[in-house]
Amino acid sequence: MMELQFGAEVEDFRDEVRTWLAEHLVGEFAEHRGVGGPTDGEAWEVRLAWDRELSAGGWLGLGWPREYGGRGLGLLEEIVFEYEYARSGAPYRATGNALDLLGPMLIAMGSEEQKQRFIPRILAVEELWGQGFSEPGAGSDLASVRTRAELDGDEWVLNGQKVWTTFGMQADWLYVLCRTDPDSTRHKGLSMLLVPTDQPGVEIRPIRSLAGQDEFTEVFFTDARTRADLVVGDVGQGWRTAMGTLGIERGATLLPAQLAYEREMDALLELARERGALTDPMHRRSLLDAWMSVRIMRTTNLRTVAELLQGRTPGAQATTAKLYASTNHQRMGHLAMQIEGAAGQIVADGYGLDVRQRSLLISLAETIYGGASEVQRNIIGEKVLGLPRDPKPL
Amino acid sequence: MDFSFSEEQEELRKVVRSFLAAHSAETDVRRISEGAEGYDRQVWRRMAGELGLQGLAVPEEYGGAGFGYPELGVVFEEMGRALLCAPYFSSVALAAEVLLRSGDELAAKDLLPGICAGTTVATLALTEESGLWTEDGVSLSAARTGDGWTLSGVKTYVPDGHLADLLLVVARGQNGVSLFAVDATAPGLTRTRLPTLDQTREQARLEFEGTPARLIGSSGTAWPVIERALATAGILLAAEQVGSAASTLATAVEYAKARVQYGRPIGSFQGIKHLCADLLTELESARSAAYGGLWALQSGDEQEIRVAAALAQVYCSETFTRVAAGSIQVHGAIGFTWEHPAHLYFKRAKSTEVLLGSPAHHRELLAAALGL
Repeated sequence: MMELQFGAEVEDFRDEVRTWLAEHLVGEFAEHRGVGGPTDGEAWEVRLAWDRELSAGGWLGLGWPREYGGRGLGLLEEIVFEYEYARSGAPYRATGNALDLLGPMLIAMGSEEQKQRFIPRILAVEELWGQGFSEPGAGSDLASVRTRAELDGDEWVLNGQKVWTTFGMQADWLYVLCRTDPDSTRHKGLSMLLVPTDQPGVEIRPIRSLAGQDEFTEVFFTDARTRADLVVGDVGQGWRTAMGTLGIERGATLLPAQLAYEREMDALLELARERGALTDPMHRRSLLDAWMSVRIMRTTNLRTVAELLQGRTPGAQATTAKLYASTNHQRMGHLAMQIEGAAGQIVADGYGLDVRQRSLLISLAETIYGGASEVQRNIIGEKVLGLPRDPKPL
Repeated sequence: MDFSFSEEQEELRKVVRSFLAAHSAETDVRRISEGAEGYDRQVWRRMAGELGLQGLAVPEEYGGAGFGYPELGVVFEEMGRALLCAPYFSSVALAAEVLLRSGDELAAKDLLPGICAGTTVATLALTEESGLWTEDGVSLSAARTGDGWTLSGVKTYVPDGHLADLLLVVARGQNGVSLFAVDATAPGLTRTRLPTLDQTREQARLEFEGTPARLIGSSGTAWPVIERALATAGILLAAEQVGSAASTLATAVEYAKARVQYGRPIGSFQGIKHLCADLLTELESARSAAYGGLWALQSGDEQEIRVAAALAQVYCSETFTRVAAGSIQVHGAIGFTWEHPAHLYFKRAKSTEVLLGSPAHHRELLAAALGL
């Protein structure tokens, strides 16, 4: 199979990654190969322990500055690491949100004090973070955030409600987009606050997802407090800060996901062979189409990676990739359950899902989170194709 | 594999694009496609003489420039954009490729330099009445006569078959399928131009009655050569399809920005905007399929080439058709007219979708390559 050639200068690094993974991805960690995802809390404790193992090995924050505990490596090394990591099947990192979103946001826009205070503890997996963006009235339309924060002496006082905070039950801190100018509307007057969860004014409740899991939470702020200097970026500039992290989100997560889909596809072909589905013309066609979609995801991602490594702005495929991958992964999940057939109707006690049931149900979130498909289509239409914006809100 | 085009390759793209802007504008496409000639001989000679396009990926020892398949893919993509009417696909992707794969050094040295120089138009005559792109579909008979061969039977749906100076004909003899070179002026050969749905690409029916032919390679061993050449041709056709699809989508998007209904540009309505976004998503995915094929060809990995070629043909064929139909939909009634160029792309999509065999055929080739 065609692979990206990384060049001799990173071969030593690649060997180092492979060797470390071979030595450390053993025992309980190895038993949890391929487990977890951005919104999948399966085997949380094992995965958290695995994150600490990675931390001890110096494999977190590879591209982050050395002065805050990172490795100060380049994009090439980061990509090599992610590639080898995904190939090894190591569990999805439990602290992925802080590593992929909050950390880069702090490095780009945080104060010196914030960086020194928070980044080493993210890298040490000492403090866990949750994202406080969405609200009951602010989903795709994030700019309609209503959670308010007012300065009271040297502290912000927060009131309002956040929702869909992933792994909120485990979070020590939240990064919260809230309205700090009460007279403002839409994108103006928002600020990004860092809020500790261990206080009476913060109540976090689990939300059971349709997969029967409790990864999502809702967060209630009732006169919750945080220090006045814990604003990331300038007061009133929270929209800019938030948009920076969403851009990072779209770029970072696709390569490991696609390698996971390739493994799923292999397993699906194996199942199809066992069940004789390969000789059924309709299943055969669907299986081939699913295989093609995964191969296309691979080439699309390699195109983007190659352009990034050359220091070029990635082409349109970097923007369309999420819509394509999420849609086709869902399709693959439906196909897998059709091939599984009657047995797929039954779950284990305690709503225990098998791997295909679980993958399909969780995949339903993939066309919603990180910018729903409809929002993706607007972004592709407006930012890539240059089509006129939708009508203004009423 | 670097999975991106180099600065030199992008430079080539610019050169080809500007050449085609001057010589394959919509007015040229309409003039040539509705005329009797099928292509502009002067432009054809300049493509060879000034740009060296016919021999771009042919090794220097056979009169070519010795560039790789990614470069050739860039050229096909640009020709697809401009809907160039010329026997380029038949001469370069089919005929030259078959000669290169044949292992017949003498034939390659004899025949390739003319193709590279633009003095020989060539094509591959494979399909018969059945329209099959399989070994079983070959029934035209080859017979030994003294120290030569003669061919008898019918080939049809032959791209540019009536324009070609050189016909590479796949025929069946006593010990299997062989490849033959037939001169267009050979006795016993009757060529009939077929009126095509897609007027930008010509096809012909060829009748052979004891027509003398030159054996290429060894007798009875041609099918693997043909199969391999078709894989290359499929990838190059996919690049052409991507270029065409990108062009017709761009036209639709520009129209959606300019056309006003209900007091707004129609592209501001999500019904149109999301259709365009979906088409771009498909197009970028098709681009990955086609480019992946070009890089596979460059790698020389045979298994990878089989897989990538089948995938590229399925995906780029179906995507081009969807994009071309979507473009007509975005244009509304004006897109349904003969005057508007949208139908030229749609018809090119429909012809290329089956030109090398239907998507169903290529799905089965993919299944075979994957061992399914």
